[in-house]
Amino acid sequence: MSPSLALVAVVFVLVATGVYLVLERSLTRVLVGVILLSNGINVLFLLASGPAGAPPLVGSTPVSEMSDPLPQAMVLTAIVITLGLTAFLLAMAYRSWQLHGHDEVQDDVEDRQIRTRAGRDETSGSYDPDDEESPVEERSEDRRRAHASPAPADAPSGSRADRRERRGAARSAERRARGRGERP
Amino acid sequence: MTGPLVGSAAGLLARALAAGGAEGAQGRGLRATQGQVLEWPTLVPLPVLVPLVAAGLALALARHRRAQAAVSTVALSVVLVTAVAMLVAVQDVGTLVVTVGGWPADVGISLVADQLSTLMLSVSSAVTLGVLVYSVAQGAADGDDGAPVAIFHPTYLVLSAGVSNAFLSGDLFNLYVGFEMLLAASFVLLTLGGTSARIRAGSTYVVVSIASSLVFLAAIALVYAATGTANLAQLPERLDGLPDGVRLVLHLSLLVAFGIKAAVFPLSAWLPDSYPTAPAPVTAVFAGLLTKVGVYAIIRTQTLLFPEGRLDDVLLVVALATMVFGILGAVAQSDIKRLLSFTLVSHIGYMVFGIAVGSVVGLASAIFYVIHHITVQTTLFLVLGLVERRGGTTSMDHLGGVAKISPLLGVLFFVPAMNLAGIPPLSGFLGKVGLIQAGVADGGVLPLVLVAGSVLTSLLTLYAVAKAWNRAFWSRPATVDREEETRAQEDDVPDAATTLSGVGEVHQRRGAVERAQGGSVLAPAAGERRTAAGALTGLEVDPDRVPVDMTRVPRGMVAPTAALVALGLSLTVLAGPLLRIAEDSALELLQRRPYVQAVLGQQAADRVASTTQAGDVLDGPPGSGR
Repeated sequence: MSPSLALVAVVFVLVATGVYLVLERSLTRVLVGVILLSNGINVLFLLASGPAGAPPLVGSTPVSEMSDPLPQAMVLTAIVITLGLTAFLLAMAYRSWQLHGHDEVQDDVEDRQIRTRAGRDETSGSYDPDDEESPVEERSEDRRRAHASPAPADAPSGSRADRRERRGAARSAERRARGRGERP
Repeated sequence: MTGPLVGSAAGLLARALAAGGAEGAQGRGLRATQGQVLEWPTLVPLPVLVPLVAAGLALALARHRRAQAAVSTVALSVVLVTAVAMLVAVQDVGTLVVTVGGWPADVGISLVADQLSTLMLSVSSAVTLGVLVYSVAQGAADGDDGAPVAIFHPTYLVLSAGVSNAFLSGDLFNLYVGFEMLLAASFVLLTLGGTSARIRAGSTYVVVSIASSLVFLAAIALVYAATGTANLAQLPERLDGLPDGVRLVLHLSLLVAFGIKAAVFPLSAWLPDSYPTAPAPVTAVFAGLLTKVGVYAIIRTQTLLFPEGRLDDVLLVVALATMVFGILGAVAQSDIKRLLSFTLVSHIGYMVFGIAVGSVVGLASAIFYVIHHITVQTTLFLVLGLVERRGGTTSMDHLGGVAKISPLLGVLFFVPAMNLAGIPPLSGFLGKVGLIQAGVADGGVLPLVLVAGSVLTSLLTLYAVAKAWNRAFWSRPATVDREEETRAQEDDVPDAATTLSGVGEVHQRRGAVERAQGGSVLAPAAGERRTAAGALTGLEVDPDRVPVDMTRVPRGMVAPTAALVALGLSLTVLAGPLLRIAEDSALELLQRRPYVQAVLGQQAADRVASTTQAGDVLDGPPGSGR
């Protein structure tokens, strides 16, 4: 069986444009991309079913001239499923637009956080697992100091040790304060 | 639940089933146990049919919450009973096959329940039922205001039907349909309520899932073009006759599709982003089941379709990367939900390791590990749901002393956490030992590297969960000073919004969010809770400090969690028989012939070569004899 080159070209164009659109940020474009992609794959199923033949109705045509009905059934199922998924994606894009005024896929919160921290040359939230007392407070203190006097870029180890020391001091001070505070 | 209500719901269900062409589940199961062996295969479609019919019923009963809950509980109990009955039956009579609609097996759709399928089905339905009971209790406790819970039960049942369909499917395209059922349901469950955080997480999840489905669909088209069938029993023979290059393309495209669903390393980035935002029961059931369906599909691909193991080395490298990168991600997290999402990714690596080694021991350990991991990971997420109710957050920075405030929660977290890390004699340890044995027995350089990697991952898992334990459970009760919080907020507004590192908690307990955004917005209700907290813990409550939120955890939510913890522990006790079943099914998988024989008959089976290792172990017509 040699597949029809025209169909192969159709599949290629549909899938290529579909992939391009799926890589966009806007959910609406992703939606269009998904539709193109799935149509491309449906055409791929038609390719898989071999050369076109007569309708596969028993009695109307000899079996040897029938086209293969199974891929057509699969394509139908796939179309229905894609329809459902597309509807959901569309609803989600609309909801996103309602909430945020745009329908773009947003970055992960954690990713954003790490990026901003990296930009400010800070350690991550779980850098020092010992400080279970109140890392939030200490971090904000660090930040305030960092803003006030930016550490020299050529001495990272020194600044880190420095920061640790300050952390330790802050921690013990806080422990003392808490000890006083909780005693009846 | 009221008795008559349950009765009438069950009656309705049975009638609906009879109308749909199947018969009432319980009657059938009972008669079958009385020795009518021919009746067994009629059980096979039930795990798919019953939840689907019940989903329709539950949707119709949307206004009657109790009836809805009763329908779902009964339906999933029926599925559990059916699954266990099939598991027992398969040991006796061999693989059960149903060709849907009575079409011949080579054109129709067949449902196949062999040892692997029924084992997975039993565990998954037990977990699904547990999570359902938990969520019913949660709904009852919350009074259901605001959340569109009417849709929860039908969707959850469709999810369960999809999982069952994927496990039982004997046809690649039917497997795709099963995947789509569970994915479509999971989209709805993940974005339940449509809050900002969930839409953000949902859009990533939905787009990635659709992409994986499209890859899978394209792979099916290619498989069909190359072989002219999508039937899993026909494929082995026809794939064996294909040129190497074509086989490689088909193999790779299937593995990529399943790899995205199973979240193996380069394809796993979507998971930790999306899972933690969902409600606790939803995250729990996703973590337990969805990735494991992908692992199941990988097992089938590697054993039934492409047994020669050409991509084993690739899989080994991928497994190592999944384990190590996953666990390094977990170590860096400060939110326990996210931490557990990363351990979920990481431990998928163990299963892929076992599959890639490909020996009977390796495969059996991988199957055992899947079962262990389904139970443990689900339990941990359920416990976190309880912790979140109690403490208002799952961020380690804000939790503290949970074990002191509620020792029960401490125990419920500690046991599965240690199980996850693989502390002897728990089931996680047994699974890991099996995998390491398989790797050492293989003796190659790469498997030995993986043995080292898995030990390292195990240690780092222990470190990660111990960190969570120390900071959230073992330390002093967290009392966040309101002034400090306000200062932190004034200091840096965008960061204060993220200090909870929090995706997860935004939706759940409003109290937590209020606290994160400065204590000044605390409602008077929080004051009452504070007094309650003082009364409970015996600590004096400083009005300036906001202690851990002391909402009582409903007993109905604790009970299923405890039951799942017990199930996890019972895996240790029952490890002997379970490992035997796992080994049997691994052998059956590697031989390939039993599957083909059960579906298409002896002649077709004789044309299929079994994998060398397994063929040497057993000869003669296997499958029906055991």
